[in-house]
Amino acid sequence: MKDFRYLTDVSTLALDKEICVGCGLCETVCPHGVMRLNGKKAEIIDPDGCMECGACDTNCPVQAVRVTPGVGCAAYIIQTWIRGKENASCGDVNCC
Amino acid sequence: MEPKPQQNECGCDCQPQSDRSNSARLTPFPMAPPVPKPSKKEEDADIPCCGPPAGPKSSPDERPGYILCHFVERFLSTPAGAVPVVKTALDRKDTIGTVLTRIGIGRNDYKVAPGLYGVGAPDADSPVLVTANYKLSFDALRKELSGINAWILVLDTRGINVWCAAGKRNFSTEEVSDRVRGAGLDRVVNHRKLILPQLSAIGVSARAIKKSCGFEALFGPVRAEDLKRFLQNGMKADDFMRRVTFTLKERVELIPVEIAMLWKPAGWILPAAFFLSGIGPGIFSLSRAWNGMLAIGAGLLMGVLSGGVAAPILLPWLPGRAFAVKGAVTGGIFGLILLGLVPALGWAKGAGLFLFILAISAYQSMNFTGSTPFTSPSGVEKEMRRAIPLLAGAVLISALLWVGSAF
Repeated sequence: MKDFRYLTDVSTLALDKEICVGCGLCETVCPHGVMRLNGKKAEIIDPDGCMECGACDTNCPVQAVRVTPGVGCAAYIIQTWIRGKENASCGDVNCC
Repeated sequence: MEPKPQQNECGCDCQPQSDRSNSARLTPFPMAPPVPKPSKKEEDADIPCCGPPAGPKSSPDERPGYILCHFVERFLSTPAGAVPVVKTALDRKDTIGTVLTRIGIGRNDYKVAPGLYGVGAPDADSPVLVTANYKLSFDALRKELSGINAWILVLDTRGINVWCAAGKRNFSTEEVSDRVRGAGLDRVVNHRKLILPQLSAIGVSARAIKKSCGFEALFGPVRAEDLKRFLQNGMKADDFMRRVTFTLKERVELIPVEIAMLWKPAGWILPAAFFLSGIGPGIFSLSRAWNGMLAIGAGLLMGVLSGGVAAPILLPWLPGRAFAVKGAVTGGIFGLILLGLVPALGWAKGAGLFLFILAISAYQSMNFTGSTPFTSPSGVEKEMRRAIPLLAGAVLISALLWVGSAF
């Protein structure tokens, strides 16, 4: 996102160009234009724009793009500290 | 994650007998037998009765045990049964529902029945748009479809919006395939294409959908408002359609729920404030406890307004990348305003209250990261590791100043 930027150098997004088959799906699904198809290979053009939603990871046919997706609200993260990732929830079913 | 119903493995052409979708089981039914017309005499008879004149007769679409949804225009007969055609204009009922949901009332149960719907005059060649069964998502979609003939396949996302449901894997490959089969979509349309909202890509794999039900999954635009252009462009999305935004309007819409969620902490902060304020030399003072609780309550309100309203609105213009910093900036301003309004507190209590507002505001603002479409969980965690100890320290010092001032 051009007009909203968050912390830098934190995203878990990683791309293995060796495996990439150049299908371009990661570019299609990314809501922040982080990935781009350059010739036959994808590339990460804006790593700090990544919000770790996981759309590229889910749709990559060969698992060349990997990211650890998650929920980014403070209440939830505090719960993961206290109760562990498996048992954490922020209480409200509609809250994500 | 909730257990998924077992997926039918028999491929797409076979219609499972499961009763997953009501609409799939609907078969065109003959119109109800004509009700004998009341004789002229009965109709005209002006029998004096109590109350206003009776309303209109029941719609022929009504059936025992079902409620006819107000957003359904008519029913369309298809090879897979009767399909409700929905209105593209939102009415008063929709607006009231939207407002209540936005302030958190009934938000967890604001849904429409999953299954196949239509809009306009859809036929076997019309596109199929897939969406969530959160009514706000459903409304957001249908209100953009005036003048368009299309099918709407509503998934059972447990009343959760597209993006969040995809994150929770309720908007999933399995759910899409199951719903396609359950609705008998292959009998309704000639083509084999689904248009999914782009943000559902977290939860669904386009390739896996094709494998599992034979329908090709295309990712449409992020926003329903771009769907018309997407369809006109021959199902091609440009960069603008592919990017999320976070406009002032989008930020303001999220504020009420953020605030509504803060009633719970107030339930223990206020009693704690009452208790702490009453402590002093000699006996516990009820009047001091009461006044202290009111002051801290006002501080809490200021902190929430600062971090939950001012910070989201001013987000792009506040200094810093970290949300806690942004919230602390507005919290400082709101704290000074409150101290200006209540000048008689004394320095210790004043400083304590100021720190308290700062901490509440910073925390509330940091929690807003969960509602923004651009903060990464890794970033939020990094920010929190530094901010939470500082905020906890600030609250502790604030409590010490508050209690200490009584001695």
